[in-house]
Order: sequence, then structure tokens, then C-alpha cells
Amino acid sequence: MLTIKNLHAEVEGKKILKGINLEIPKGEIHAIMGPNGSGKSSLASVLAGRDNYEVTEGEVWFNGKNLLEMSPEDRAREGVFLAFQYPVEIPGVSNINFLKTAVNEVRAYKGLPQLEAKEFLKLTKEKQQLVDFNTNLMNRSLNEGFSGGEKKRNEIFQLAMLNPSLAILDETDSGLDIDALRIVSNGVNKLRDAEKSFVVITHYQRLLEYIVPDFVHVLYNGRIIKTGTKELALELEEKGYDWLKEAEHQKESV
Amino acid sequence: MTSDTIMIPFYQALTEDVNALPAPQDSLQEVRRGALERFSATGLPTLKTEAWRFTNIQRFLKEYPYELTSTPATTTADVANEATIPGLDAYRIVLVNGHLQANLSSIPEGKGIRIGTMSASTDAPGFAKWFNQHTQVNGEPLADLNTALFADGLFIELQANVSVDKPIHLIHVYTSDRHAFIQPRHLWVLHKGATATVIESTVHPKQEAVAFSNCVTEVVVADNAELWHYNVQQGAENFRQVNTTAAQQERDSRYHHFNFTLPNTPFTRNNLSVVLHGSNTETNLKGIYLATGNQHVDNYTFMNHLVPNCNSNEHYKGVLLENANAVFTGRIHVHQEAQKTNAFQQNNNILMGDKATINSQPQLEIYADDVKCSHGFTAGQFSADALFYLRARAIGEEAAKALLVNAFTHDVTDEIAVPALQEYIQGQIEAIMNN
Ligand SMILES: Nc1ncnc2c1ncn2[C@@H]1O[C@H](COP(=O)(O)OP(=O)(O)OP(=O)(O)O)[C@@H](O)[C@H]1O
Ligand SMILES: [Mg+2]
Repeated sequence: MLTIKNLHAEVEGKKILKGINLEIPKGEIHAIMGPNGSGKSSLASVLAGRDNYEVTEGEVWFNGKNLLEMSPEDRAREGVFLAFQYPVEIPGVSNINFLKTAVNEVRAYKGLPQLEAKEFLKLTKEKQQLVDFNTNLMNRSLNEGFSGGEKKRNEIFQLAMLNPSLAILDETDSGLDIDALRIVSNGVNKLRDAEKSFVVITHYQRLLEYIVPDFVHVLYNGRIIKTGTKELALELEEKGYDWLKEAEHQKESV
Repeated sequence: MTSDTIMIPFYQALTEDVNALPAPQDSLQEVRRGALERFSATGLPTLKTEAWRFTNIQRFLKEYPYELTSTPATTTADVANEATIPGLDAYRIVLVNGHLQANLSSIPEGKGIRIGTMSASTDAPGFAKWFNQHTQVNGEPLADLNTALFADGLFIELQANVSVDKPIHLIHVYTSDRHAFIQPRHLWVLHKGATATVIESTVHPKQEAVAFSNCVTEVVVADNAELWHYNVQQGAENFRQVNTTAAQQERDSRYHHFNFTLPNTPFTRNNLSVVLHGSNTETNLKGIYLATGNQHVDNYTFMNHLVPNCNSNEHYKGVLLENANAVFTGRIHVHQEAQKTNAFQQNNNILMGDKATINSQPQLEIYADDVKCSHGFTAGQFSADALFYLRARAIGEEAAKALLVNAFTHDVTDEIAVPALQEYIQGQIEAIMNN
């Protein structure tokens, strides 16, 4: 589904991603962990097409298409979804209008007719229940004045509405209370199927008990320095990152 | 009727011999002569005129060999229907170059309602009392020019406690087969406790000739009366305009003025002034200007607080694309007697075009000490974060910008009290942005 080869990217002349290689087959869940500032959100941004990142080297293929050549909206229409670490507040754009526009843009791209008001409402209701998203929030401005947790739930609600084939969740668990964490994880598990892949960026092993990954990668200093199974997350929880960082620095100095 | 159109170049007449311009022969001779004399004395504004520092009107007057025309023209239902606002249940009044076209109009009738042409209303009590009384009309060069030479327009007088049950949709059609200088003149008087909603729209049939309108509307809102006044300036390449609206408010009255300037009229100057004669009034002045190409849009506003305990609230929002050029002046005068005044003003702009410009100037003259006044100005661009967020949700760049422009203007459009009009304005903004 997604193939990242030797990806290098910089922002404002600063090298952030320094050769990422990652293969995410259909139906798998991959977790990405790593210290603050290691480049996890940057990787997510580059995949989603944020234009302040300049890709200087490498390739990204998504279902056989060159992802880096597409506009952000076309990536989304092709089925890439990024749940933002910091969702943006947009006063004056109603949540519901925004969603209707987004859903219909994806449908138009796929050659499907626009959803009738009734069908749209039905879909909204269904997905709202899936992630237990408060109806009152639907009619408010997009994320405006939402609590941290409400914003994260809104991301997952949008994920459910847009039904992408690749979802990248950037620290969706931070800011969620324990109940919300369970609800959101259940939502993700229900959305999960053999055709969909997930990239779950997190700092906490706890999330990975709910959303069980096939693989865990550690990103440090713009590179993936270790890959393992879900047990790696447990090990990191215990030992922190220092042992990996040291090994990495030794490798570099050789 | 034959001599209504003069053939000498209009601009030359304005600058050399205004007396050669033919004034209509009616009962207003004395007022007209006085206005013409004042106009001759002051002449056209120049860039040195304080209120016209950023707008060179002479350049626009010289642009085409306009002819002063007051000959009634007519239009068709199809043309008038171009101004239709879907879902709006309203009376419709169609004016062609300021002249009422009765067969396309449905004029509200009833006890205490007098609505008709200016030329047929000079005998009305409201006319005698209020015509040409506003200080921003009587003494302002372009308004004086209008007073001296106007042919016709719409007169509305609502007696005490009369409410018009539906909005009045006033459709201005500007049409001429030669370049024309057109001067409509309106007077609307709401007596004590009367209420009304007036929505103005403009239609410009496709034609080679260019129309320049110098329109003046005087508004009187008496004790406890309320007027919702919307002016939707749908534009066209073949149109230029100076639009003067001058309102007077008395005790406990409410006046809500909304102005929407849309593409593509190359030159727009809106003079909007409100003078408060009575206490406890509320005034809302709201505007959106969405300009593109080489449009020049100048909003000159003047809130004149003469008496205590009045509230005024002004908010203008600009979206400037391409090379558009906008000017905003927010003059607020709080006289010494006008204690406990609340006067707020905001002007926010988004500059989307590389060459777009805004000149914004608050002019606060405050002579009372116990007042709350504030003003603010911003000019900026879309947040890159917001734009990326929308695009990452499959929304195309143009559509995302349209959403963000609607979001930017929402605090004005949210205040539109007629749902069909609100939807129409939001739809227009979206359509323009998606183009
Ligand atoms: N616009 C920018 N200008 C300069 N530096 C930037 C910019 N955006 C990101 N960076 C830098 O890139 C590095 C990687 O940031 P990124 O947000 O990808 O880290 P992260 O792994 O997601 O961290 P966290 O766990 O704290 O979310 C950081 O050092 C950050 O300061
Ligand atoms: Mg991050």
C-alpha cells in the first residue's frame, strides 16, 4: 500500500528527515514511536503534502502512484488521511458544512454522485455513534473552542466519515481521558479491515494495548533506528530511548 | 423630454460651466439652484480634499465622454429577474436609471404607507420636512450635483407605527445605449415606531456603453422606528458608482445598514453617514467588500454622535484579490454633549492578491469624556495551517479558500436578518471565490 524509500526532507533549510525507509502493506497497523522532535509529525506532514516541507531525496509510492507528485487534496481523495496532532480551529466554518464538502469532494473524485441531505445525515449519525461524538459539536464552528479531547475525537469522527485506506494518527491518544481513549480505539478497531492500513504515532504503550500493532518503529533524528513487534513498545516503556540513542551514536561515529 | 440629454462633454461642463447643465423644471427650482451654486463654488473633489485623499474621482469622470441623461428608460422582466434572490418573499420595486417601472413592480399599499416616485411626492409632508436636510448631502459636492440635477427616484413615507409586512426589494437597473451619467435620488422617511426592511440590488444589462451612477439616498428614522437597510452592489465592468447614503436617527431608533460590494465594478465610492439627533439609539454599519481585477472600492463612513447614550457599531471586512485597491475611512465624531456614547469600529482585510492594497484610516474626534470608543484595523492573509487542514480533508484549494473567505466574513453575514439574503450573499461569495 505505502512504500517510503530513502526519504529526506527539510523545513526552512533544516534537515529533518534523513533517509526514511518504510513499507506498510495492506491491512497492517504500524506504530511509530520516538523522542520529542525526532521527526514523527514531520513524516506525517510530508506524507499529507504540507508544502513548507521540501523533499530533497527519496520516493513515496501509494497504491502504485507517486504520492509526492500529488496535491494535498488529491492525496486525501486517493485515501490518505492524517489525524493531526494539533487540529486547527477555523471559526466561521461549520463542522457539518465542512464535512459535507469533504465527503462530497472524495465522492466526486471517485465518480460517485453527491450525497443527498438525508443520506448524509444518516451517515453522520452512524459515524457519530461509532466514536461517541457529541451532536452539539457538529453544529459549532470547526474545532473552535473544542477541548483538547474533543478535537481529537473530531479527527477520528472525520476519519470514520471519510473512510480512507491509509490513516495516519499523530498522537491522537494524547489529551484523551481513559474512557475516550477506549472509545476512540474501539472506533479504530471497528474501522479496521483487510483493506485498510494504519500508522499510529504515539508516545505511550497504553494505546497499543487497545490498537494492537503489527510492527513498532522507533524514529530518532530523522531515521528509523529500530523496528520490532509490539513487545518493543513494552521494552521502550521500561527502558526509555537512551539505549537506542547510544547505539545509534556509536554507529554514526564508526 | 427632448432636451434631457446634453451633448456637450459632461466632464467639461462640470469643470467649466455647470449652469449649462439642464436642471429639470419642477417645484424644486430654488433648492436646485442653491445646490448648483454650492457645487460651482467648491468644484469636484481632488486628491487634496481630505475625504478623497485616496480616490481620484476626476480620473473616473474623465474616463468616458458621459452624457447627462434623465430620459426614462425601460427594461424587461428578464433583466429585472437577474436580481432575484432565491427564496426571498418580498415586494419588488424596479427602478430603471432611477425611474420607477410600475409594470414590473409590486408596491406595498395600505393605510399610512406612501411609496412612489420622488417627482410625484414633492407634496408629501415627509418630503417637505426632510428632503435635502442632511449635512452630508447638503454641502457635499457630488450630493449637491445630484440635488441640482437629479431626475427621479423612490420616495417612501411610513406613518407612525406602520410596519411593512415583507421586505421591499428595490432593484436598480442601469442601462443606456450611450455612456451615461445617471443620478437617482431617494428619500425614505419612517415616522415614530414604523419599521421596514429594504434590500437594494443592482442589475447591469450587457451593453457597450458605460453607466456612471451618482446616487443619493436620504433616510430618516424617527423615534423608536427601525430600518434594516441592505445594499447589495452586484457589479459589472460597464458600471461606475458614487453612492451616498445619509441617515438621521431620532430617539430610541434603530438603523442597520449593510453594504456588500461585489466584483466587477471598476470604481465604487460609498459615502455612508449617520447623524444621531436623539438619545438611546442603535446603529449598525456592516460591510463586506470583495474586490478583484483592478477594482477600486472606497468606503467613506461617518458616525456623528450629537447626543448622549447612543450606541454605534461598525464592522467592515475586505477581501482583496489580484490588483484590487480598497480604501476605508471610519470617521467618528463624538460631540461634547454626547456623554455615555459607545462607538466601536473594526476594519479587517485579507489581501489575497500580490498587488492588492488597502488604505484604512480611522478618524476619531472625541470631545466628550465619558465614552467608550474603540477602533481596530487588520490586514493579513489566510492562515497556512487552516488552508492545509482543509486541503488535507480532500477540499480543493479554491473551495478551501472560498470556505475561508466565508468564514472570514461570517461575523457580518451572521447578522443578516433575512435568511434568504444571508444564504444569497454567502452563495455569491462562494461562487466568486470558486471562479
Ligand atoms: N516550520 C519549522 N521550522 C523549523 N523547524 C521545524 C519546523 N517544523 C518542525 N521543525 C523541527 O523539526 C523537528 C521535528 O519536529 P516534529 O514535529 O516532526 O517532531 P515529533 O517527532 O513529531 O515530536 P513530538 O513528539 O514532540 O510531537 C523539530 O526539531 C522541530 O523543531
Ligand atoms: Mg509530533
